Amino acid sequence: MSVASQPVPRPTANRAVLRRGLKVVWSGIKDQPRPFAVAVLGAMLWAAATVGTAGAIGWVTDHVIEPAVTSRVVTAAGLWTILGVLLAVLVVNVVGVILRRVYATVAGFNLQAGYRRRVTRQYLRLPLSWHHAHPSGQLLSNAHADIEATWQVFNPLPMAIGVIFMLLIAGVMMVVVDPFLAFIGLLVFPGLFAANLVFQQFMAPRITRAQQLRAEVAEVAHESFEAGLVVKAMGREDEETERFRGSTHELRDALILVGRTRGTFEPVIEAIPTLGTLAVLGVGTWQVSRGELDAAQVVQMAYLFSLLAFPVRALGWVLAELPRSVVGHDRVQHVLRSEGAMEHGPARLPAGGGPARSAMSHVTYTHAGEQEPAIHEVSLEVEAGSTTALVGPTGSGKSTLVNLAVRLIDPGTGTVLLDGTDVRELARGVIPATATVVAQQTFMFDDTVRGNVTLGEDDRSTDASVWEALRIAQADGFVRAMSDGLDTVIGERGGNLSGGQRQRIALARAIWRQPRLLVLDDATSAVDPSVEQAVLAGLREARTGMTVLVVAYRMATIMLADQVVYVEHGRVVDRGSHEDLVDRCGGYADLVHAYAREAAERAAVERAEEDA
Amino acid sequence: MSEDSFMSSRIEAQSDLGTLATLRRGLELSPELRRGLGLTVVLAVVATLGRVLIPFVVQQTTDNGILADGGPDLGFVLRAILVAGAAVVVTSLAQYLVNVRLFTAAESGLATLRLRAFRHIHDLSVLTQSTERRGSLVSRVTSDVDTISMFVQFGGLMLLISTAQIMLATLLMLFYSPVLALVVYLCFVPLVFLVRRFQPMLGRAYGAVRTRVGDMLGAISESIVGALTIRAYGVEDRTAARIDRAIEEHRRSAIRAQVRSVMAFVSGQGFAGITTAVVLAAGTVLAVRGDITLGQLLAFLFLVNLFTQPVLMATEILNELQNAVAGWRRVIGVIDTPADVSDPGVGGVHQQRGPITVQFEDVTYAYPGGEPVLRDVDLRIAPHTRVAIVGETGSGKTTMAKLLTRLMDPTEGRVLLDGVDLRRLAFDSLRSRVVLVPQEGFLFDDDVASNIRFGRPGASDDEIALAVTELGLDSWVDGLPHGLATHVGQRGESLSAGERQLVAIARAYLADPDLLVLDEATSAVDPSTEVRVQRALEGLTRGRTSVAIAHRLSTAEAADLVVVVDRGRIVEVGHHRELVGRGGVYTRMHESWTAQQRSGDPLG
Repeated sequence: MSVASQPVPRPTANRAVLRRGLKVVWSGIKDQPRPFAVAVLGAMLWAAATVGTAGAIGWVTDHVIEPAVTSRVVTAAGLWTILGVLLAVLVVNVVGVILRRVYATVAGFNLQAGYRRRVTRQYLRLPLSWHHAHPSGQLLSNAHADIEATWQVFNPLPMAIGVIFMLLIAGVMMVVVDPFLAFIGLLVFPGLFAANLVFQQFMAPRITRAQQLRAEVAEVAHESFEAGLVVKAMGREDEETERFRGSTHELRDALILVGRTRGTFEPVIEAIPTLGTLAVLGVGTWQVSRGELDAAQVVQMAYLFSLLAFPVRALGWVLAELPRSVVGHDRVQHVLRSEGAMEHGPARLPAGGGPARSAMSHVTYTHAGEQEPAIHEVSLEVEAGSTTALVGPTGSGKSTLVNLAVRLIDPGTGTVLLDGTDVRELARGVIPATATVVAQQTFMFDDTVRGNVTLGEDDRSTDASVWEALRIAQADGFVRAMSDGLDTVIGERGGNLSGGQRQRIALARAIWRQPRLLVLDDATSAVDPSVEQAVLAGLREARTGMTVLVVAYRMATIMLADQVVYVEHGRVVDRGSHEDLVDRCGGYADLVHAYAREAAERAAVERAEEDA
Repeated sequence: MSEDSFMSSRIEAQSDLGTLATLRRGLELSPELRRGLGLTVVLAVVATLGRVLIPFVVQQTTDNGILADGGPDLGFVLRAILVAGAAVVVTSLAQYLVNVRLFTAAESGLATLRLRAFRHIHDLSVLTQSTERRGSLVSRVTSDVDTISMFVQFGGLMLLISTAQIMLATLLMLFYSPVLALVVYLCFVPLVFLVRRFQPMLGRAYGAVRTRVGDMLGAISESIVGALTIRAYGVEDRTAARIDRAIEEHRRSAIRAQVRSVMAFVSGQGFAGITTAVVLAAGTVLAVRGDITLGQLLAFLFLVNLFTQPVLMATEILNELQNAVAGWRRVIGVIDTPADVSDPGVGGVHQQRGPITVQFEDVTYAYPGGEPVLRDVDLRIAPHTRVAIVGETGSGKTTMAKLLTRLMDPTEGRVLLDGVDLRRLAFDSLRSRVVLVPQEGFLFDDDVASNIRFGRPGASDDEIALAVTELGLDSWVDGLPHGLATHVGQRGESLSAGERQLVAIARAYLADPDLLVLDEATSAVDPSTEVRVQRALEGLTRGRTSVAIAHRLSTAEAADLVVVVDRGRIVEVGHHRELVGRGGVYTRMHESWTAQQRSGDPLG
């Protein structure tokens, strides 16, 4: 089975990768100036100490060792000088490395954490339609692997900056020694730069593909584990493994290609400084032979170069990380730049004002990517304190209407009103405080039973109130039987509870909040009819001060309603009492009769079988 | 879906293997990591030789060329440079080959590891699977494996090269001055002890990071999977706070682990510096005594550098190793979790397809550490019987369905299929004969046809269309925007609950089992879909042995045999007509059902 995933814009592979990579890095530096500054300071200490080590060895050789060897006398003071000078440089070096590495890590992980917060804030802010268009596995991958890929570059970065600093010191020293020789040596750098450009060109598209496949592997795993029961029930472990093998092997091949590219680039980067050293030696010797240069100067020059050969690789590491950063950054920005979050107005509703009134006026709604509106010109009135049942065939738009009523989505045209105020005018948090919806698909937080009912509003939660809500939802029995009662931790999606039990906890969650408008979208679908009856009876007794809007499938539910609204093809066809609708609305009568007819047919078939 | 809160065997958070044992097990699970290692090592040695040779040649060039007695020897220098240049080319080439070979081996090995872990997660019983959050489970086949890849790509390579280089440098040092070589080794003994102390500390720190990553992914997935609930209840801030806490804990643990690794690395660096200082001091004494020349001392210093560099690199790699081991432990933790319901293997019985007899023989089932939820159940179901199991929530009827489909094994007694214990039956034989239709049939993010094809992966489009027609679902499919090619969205969210049931039924029909176990969906759907569901179910059960966990009176009425379960025991067995007047549990259930039907009768 293929995975339909939303394509993420891919960065074009061109020279811009380097520029854009540096831009990403710069944005990270601006975000974490302090840790970064400390890391760079550390890198400079380290660079100075590294260059200084050569100087220190030279100094003790000249001032202590050589005189000692010449005079054939060594003093304790002389030995202590050797140790003292070298250890002093070492201390600077070690302090530098600690500062550099620790603070590079701090900067990197601060950035990761910061971006994870921003990305998850987007997940919480963006509309439901956006969520429907993006597979869960991909979003998880964006929040984890892609953010990691973006900021991994901060690990080698301060070292690379230290290397640049070191190159400056060494460069100045070389120029002081002999400008011509320095020029030959420093030709190495345009060479490194050119090699890197070629590398970026090849690397960018490959790493893009690898990150994309990484997300796909996560998607397949996420979906497949979610389908665990069905996979087992149908014995499809082999096929699912094949599907996973497909994406895993694609990822493997992509990563091998990335590795091949990197594996080619690194020896080249490593060879260039060595070749530079050899060039310096060759040209230097030639100059010495012509008497233009002192042999010791060439040796010093060659030493300076060989000292740089290893750290220069850190530059290579940074350059090699840049395409990954850019790709990760693009994928993360795709989330961060998504728009369409709901804006909230300033209006509030009077507190504790009894049952709420819900209304719609000329509402039209079209699902993203579709031509035909799902809801056409619907006007609807749900009186305060009444119970209204929404009835209609599958796909007629009942759930969409309900989602509009509590502003989980906004209409294209028309207005949705709550207590006479346009819901778009209401301040953030006003609607959830007033109206509560219990959806068909229940979601449990990884929290205790109490936490799942109160959702953290601990200030007004008492055990008694939680038990009362559970009782009305017919959930008190099984919760009481749990080992820790209200403190029992329910796993994610309530893995240890049956579908019906989860729904009852979700119902208790809604009831506990004593909403002024309670919306039930097939919220009792997984409970036994007898339990459903008990829940509805409990609601009836507790619903004083509550308006109820219910998507009804069972006759028993319909019978509870003061008003029935019959919906077909996104239009309200008729409304009134059940009896009126049966009489005057053909579609409605057909629908409710269908069930009865089926029961009758079945009985007839059975009688026929018995007679036979 | 289980009606209890007890658990079977849990997925281990991490295996408790030691570092070496973890490595050994890791290599065993990914044999590709060792494939072609011989040649890779040879190439690595070549690359290392080159890397040592080049500075050596450079040094020779200076000593015997530029600083040669009687002025610079241009010819010698040129020859030396040519030799070094050739060495650079050979080294780079060898290095490239090593890189490519290691990358290929590493990624192939890790792909195998991912697959093993993935497959094993599916092989674990449903109960075991539910002991871990999905986000965390996903991390075991994604980011935990990625953590290993860092080590097996770069670390493995560097470790090989470093070891080779250390050995080479040691030989050269011994050749130059055995006494100074001894001094160098004495300086490194404390480092070895220190590293040994640091390793377990680092292991724990990285292990904590892996756990935090799992927790963080779990928390983040709440904001994705719970999107609707979070909006409906306006708990964005609370969810954000929960996520932030997990992110912060991950950040802290990651920094803590890194700080420890820096300390480990720095201690290596400290010893490298101290070694240089001590060698210089000791060498001075030796030089003064005339044992070595000043030139030899300086040359030896160059060798010390050649020795300390790979040692430093090795300490770094050992850090990375602990990181990888932490990832490995998580993956191995899941792979080594015993599957408490497993295939009998080669000795497994393969049965012929055909009419099926089912028997429960003194079956008792208790969740680990819990009271029995099913006691001494005896039941025989003849071929082509339609059975309805009824009982209150928690009576044990779902447990019977799970035992029958071998999602769990009985604590005592046996479940027999045509006289063969389910535990002896090969899985593929069992799954082809017995199919469970769960309450909520999960749909994949694909089109309707592919979701139906899940029942029989080889099925052609025509066979799928035929199944749809035979179940009377063609009019429904025709009404979908793109017919069978209509995409159902994630988890089938674009379809209604009833429509998802239709797909699940068609899927089971295509699978064509001998025994159908149906955990009847309780979800109420609109009457016209309900009619479709009922018709399709009839088509599905026709001519088969079927066991339905019934929630509807009509199902019980239509069954050949009604089995009434109460508090873990079978209390009544018989046809609806016999039981209804018996005055027992069934009579009471029937009364409450009919009461509902009456209240719900639209014509009443």
